[in-house]
Amino acid sequence: MTGGPRGGVPILRLGDVLVTGLLNELDDKSVIAFTEELTERIVDDRAHGVLIDISRLELIDSFVARTLMELTTTARLLGARVVVAGMRPAVAITLVELGLQLSGVETTLNAEQGMRALGWEKAPAPPTGRGIS
Amino acid sequence: MTHEIRAEEDLLSARHAVREATLHAGFGLVDQTRIVTAASELARNAYVHGGGGTLVIESVRRSGRQGLRLSVSDDGPGIADLDAAFTDGYTTGAGLGHGLGGARRLMDEFDVTSAPGRGTTVTAVRWNGPR
Repeated sequence: MTGGPRGGVPILRLGDVLVTGLLNELDDKSVIAFTEELTERIVDDRAHGVLIDISRLELIDSFVARTLMELTTTARLLGARVVVAGMRPAVAITLVELGLQLSGVETTLNAEQGMRALGWEKAPAPPTGRGIS
Repeated sequence: MTHEIRAEEDLLSARHAVREATLHAGFGLVDQTRIVTAASELARNAYVHGGGGTLVIESVRRSGRQGLRLSVSDDGPGIADLDAAFTDGYTTGAGLGHGLGGARRLMDEFDVTSAPGRGTTVTAVRWNGPR
């Protein structure tokens, strides 16, 4: 792991957007290390957007929910917008029953929609000449 | 099956064990997620507030219905005000304070035994099939 990402999760940069994800097998310490690293990367890479793919996450408990909410707030204070993409339906149902709404966290159905929300358009551009209003 | 919760990595293995048990009991995906999430909340409570404890996973059966019972015990300081502990937003440590009340909503039966200085035991059951 020497030299690898501290939280065990790669963080990629595409233009001014950081792309990363959360995995099932992260313990609490790794989740905290991941958010610290991501926060530093926002500053170092001058990122304006962060996409966190959670499509592989089979569980969001109150700890992970709180971490995502705090990360979103921290990123916003640093001028970056966080989009959490790909939540599984069973996870969404459980979160609501748990009483957590991930307030303030922007979510999209999948990573593609998340990237679009962050200003990335799929190439080639749509054939119609109309811009997206 | 008894699982010790003494270190942070034990939270992960407890989750694995509960997931296995829900699969074995034939629970659907949403119920699996509910039960494992409740187990995660309870195990973390025992670890963070109780200084560690044990998780017992049992298969239960009543009137032909299959269920899963989780019992999480710790020898921590106990909970002085149980009503307050169930209130969303109440927390005595790191967390949102949704742990106990949230876990109760995810399970069908939920029972807490606690007294100051005597530790806490939470027993929770989820039944397979319509509620």
